Amino acid sequence: MAILVYIEHAGGKVKKTSLEAVSFANALAAKTNEGEVVAVALGAIGDDELASVGSAGAAKVLHASDDRLSAGVIQAHASAVAQAFEKVGAKTVVLAKSSLGDAVAARLAIKIKAGLVSNVVELPDTSSGYQVKRSIYTGKAFAMTAVETENKILAIKKNAVDLKTDGAPASVESFEVSLADSDFASKITSTEQATGEILLPEADIVVSGGRGMKGPENWGMIEDLAKTLGAATGCSKPVSDIGWRPHHEHVGQTGVKVAPTLYVAIGISGAIQHLAGVNSSKYIVVINKDPEAPFFKAADYGIVGDAFEVVPKLNEALKAEL
Amino acid sequence: MKILVCITNVPDTTSKIQFTDNNTKFDTTGVQFIIGPYDDYALARAVELRDQTGGKLTVLNVGLAESDPTLRKALAIGADEAIRVNAEPKDSFFVASQIAHYAKEGAFDLILMGRESIDFNGGMVHGMVGEILGMPSFSPVMKLDLEGSTVKMAREIEGGKEMLEANLPLIAGCQEPIAEWKIPNMRGIMSARTKPLNVVEAVSEETQAEATQYQLPPAKGAVKLIDKDNVGELVKLLKNEAKVL
Repeated sequence: MAILVYIEHAGGKVKKTSLEAVSFANALAAKTNEGEVVAVALGAIGDDELASVGSAGAAKVLHASDDRLSAGVIQAHASAVAQAFEKVGAKTVVLAKSSLGDAVAARLAIKIKAGLVSNVVELPDTSSGYQVKRSIYTGKAFAMTAVETENKILAIKKNAVDLKTDGAPASVESFEVSLADSDFASKITSTEQATGEILLPEADIVVSGGRGMKGPENWGMIEDLAKTLGAATGCSKPVSDIGWRPHHEHVGQTGVKVAPTLYVAIGISGAIQHLAGVNSSKYIVVINKDPEAPFFKAADYGIVGDAFEVVPKLNEALKAEL
Repeated sequence: MKILVCITNVPDTTSKIQFTDNNTKFDTTGVQFIIGPYDDYALARAVELRDQTGGKLTVLNVGLAESDPTLRKALAIGADEAIRVNAEPKDSFFVASQIAHYAKEGAFDLILMGRESIDFNGGMVHGMVGEILGMPSFSPVMKLDLEGSTVKMAREIEGGKEMLEANLPLIAGCQEPIAEWKIPNMRGIMSARTKPLNVVEAVSEETQAEATQYQLPPAKGAVKLIDKDNVGELVKLLKNEAKVL
């Protein structure tokens, strides 16, 4: 018996959100006596890197190194994970919510006849039945969800669990998957991805700018502050709509939903649709010259002042401290 | 070309979320219901593709009679006919089963919907329908063009996008900027009244993961304001109080 974790990797590294999923599975296995945690990794990645997944609590990593799996082809990944599920005799699959993870989880749910819960925020309550707490209404509420099936898939939200870092290295086992042509019915022709940057959905700190920044030429100070904090940069919807910043930086109801430990909003008024994308943040700092900006009501700390004055000063003060 | 667009009937994005009946039901008091914002993008793109290729655009909702005004709005925006599967949308699997059944009967070339509903945010229905029907599924799709039977798409990934090609038939969960939302005009609103809205019964009752109880997050404490000439104080608070640095 084992819990299976589908892990993703990029640039030769296992994603931090996937390590959180392994940590979650480790805590879950202890709670439900489901044995060890086995991770499955697809495509080209180094075995040393995979062994390091042990630190988060995986005993073993199954590695299907078939190069056709290096690109995130949704159906092929779903088939491969279903085969790993059969192989280890698992009842539960845990994975981190992501663009690829969500797409794979949905198809996997049908393949292995599993009840699927997404946006899971804490370990299931197994005192009566199997109740899973998930975030709904874009972070404005939670639902306790009764999973009625024997097989289960939990897609976890960022920060659902503390990252475990003290486990022993995992054993890495190569894993043959059999894939049909129909698994590759789609072709990824090219990928455009910001490199060397901290990815917004995975960032622990996010610095976002809004229309108060007055123009894309002023984003230097947002980027400087983000660099000092080791943060990802985001923006409000109007800013991406008018093309000051790329769409993948748009934080909000219809953009990226973030759950960092610290969210810094600069020159963003705090429309309800923007707040829906940030309300899972642990701490929120708002810098805005309008004391009536609704964002202050959702903030932990606020500075009423002109961003052009405050942000460079804050950056200097942080540099002195860090 | 036959296009199916699946829409959700959800509270407006500005709604105050509250629950009744001992936190087991969503409180609809004073709440306005709309086409899911992501579904609205899917519908807008579908209208453009229907106009480009000819054919028929069907819009489908799994829901009770209160969804009818939302389906009428979709007809006003440009769908040719509407189907309502007369059942409460209990969970992703239940909804996907209904859609898959109807989609199979209708032999659609292209099935579009939003990347996720804005009430339960699961984002799972398109993938489940795809797997049930043995059709490729893609999400979140931010661009979708047809070249013959080839579909060229852009899918958003963390920090960027990937460009994809696949053949019809397929399913896509859509998001901006795939198309601009369309606002119904007077002619559309008038013609929507006479377009067919057919109600069909659910084909299966099976559910897998139903919500049983709701909770609201704890209320946020008051904001601590820091003087703009004393930013060092903020740094101290972040370091010593919030412990996030």
